[in-house]
Amino acid sequence: MTQRAHRNPMQHDAPDHPHSHLPSEPALRVKALETLLTEKGLIDPAALDEIIDTYENKVGPRNGAAVVARAWSDPAYLQRLRDDATAAIAEMGFGGRQGEHMVVVENTPETHNMVVCTLCSCYPWPVLGIPPGWYKSDAYRARAVREPRKVLAEFGVTLPDGQAVRVWDSTAEVRYLVLPVRPEGTEGFDTEALAALVTRDSMIGTGLPLSPEAT
Amino acid sequence: MTRLHDMGGRFGDGPVIPEAETGPVFPEDWHGRALAVTLACGSLGLWNIDISRHAREKLNPKDYSRFTYYEKWVSALADLLTETGAVTRDELAGGASVRAPLADKALTADKVPGVLAAGGPADRDAGPAPCFSVGQVVRTRRAAESILVNGGHTRLPAYAAGATGRILRLHGSHVLPDSAAHSLGDAPEPLYAVAFAASELWANPEHPNDDVILDLWQSYLAPA
Repeated sequence: MTQRAHRNPMQHDAPDHPHSHLPSEPALRVKALETLLTEKGLIDPAALDEIIDTYENKVGPRNGAAVVARAWSDPAYLQRLRDDATAAIAEMGFGGRQGEHMVVVENTPETHNMVVCTLCSCYPWPVLGIPPGWYKSDAYRARAVREPRKVLAEFGVTLPDGQAVRVWDSTAEVRYLVLPVRPEGTEGFDTEALAALVTRDSMIGTGLPLSPEAT
Repeated sequence: MTRLHDMGGRFGDGPVIPEAETGPVFPEDWHGRALAVTLACGSLGLWNIDISRHAREKLNPKDYSRFTYYEKWVSALADLLTETGAVTRDELAGGASVRAPLADKALTADKVPGVLAAGGPADRDAGPAPCFSVGQVVRTRRAAESILVNGGHTRLPAYAAGATGRILRLHGSHVLPDSAAHSLGDAPEPLYAVAFAASELWANPEHPNDDVILDLWQSYLAPA
């Protein structure tokens, strides 16, 4: 038995919800829960450190950029991505949690693709990492489906009138990765040089790849 | 039915504020702890991903509105741990804690890479045969509600309810969240990507050629 220090006299939340028993300040709320769960043996703080290190330092949008650069360079790989994106991405060593069922959607001069999750924050973690704050924001979730072009303008992107916008609302466990159009003037670039042009936002569809002059 | 988490198409939220890709993954240290403690507890096997999503959605509407993203995660986690009996309200409130019988299942650091690599696939080799083919015109259920549980979990957003679209692709048979979120079984069904013209969804679409694609289960759809 372990007696912990805090008791929370401030019941801001609805009293019938268990979470209202925790401290209301967010950092303290997490700390109290982590401390309790560690005492009970339900979590190992070292495992938490490992999870955080994974998503801070190992798994992020450079993974997706490598996939895109290879798709731009290798027609056979592009075909495998179209046929079974989960398997083709696994070839590069990326897969697992929140990327169990991958689909790659290709931008063309006729169609620009853009991904959102209006109901929560579904996002392809193995190739893009943890979603940025704006992707999880009410504004993006609310507006991406109704006014994608206004949202794109807030990212500095204006599409030609002849290019349709196709918005993918991630309502199931399928995760979408946008394959942007390869920038002009990149003939002869190797995959490393190409990957440097691939931004996170270009793989969500709220941005475009960098042009070679910009790097 | 209106639910706060179902915000697609809502007006009034203001601009989207882009962030640099080089910014911190977790702007506050506690964000990373919140995510990690949620993942670690998830690996205990007491609930599935649909139950955990529903736990966030059923935070009371005032809390859902005022909580930041990871506050929703942590609060829903505390609720789930209590509902499943893994912790007690008294323990949450700072009372004396006892070691949990499940402690031998706790995720250890050496197992993290394997657990993250395995993920939790939602496809199943079971369920009814597909009723719809690519290109077929379908209509979604009129009410964006669970038909299994009143006020229960569903993945049909309100903005796409009662709308007519076209089957774009079949993803195979996937766990039905409406069932799994309430521990009613996987109940797998064919899952489709369905395309809706923006003009079908909105009174004043931005552009006549734009469309919105949603992944929808067979029981959400009827022939049109």
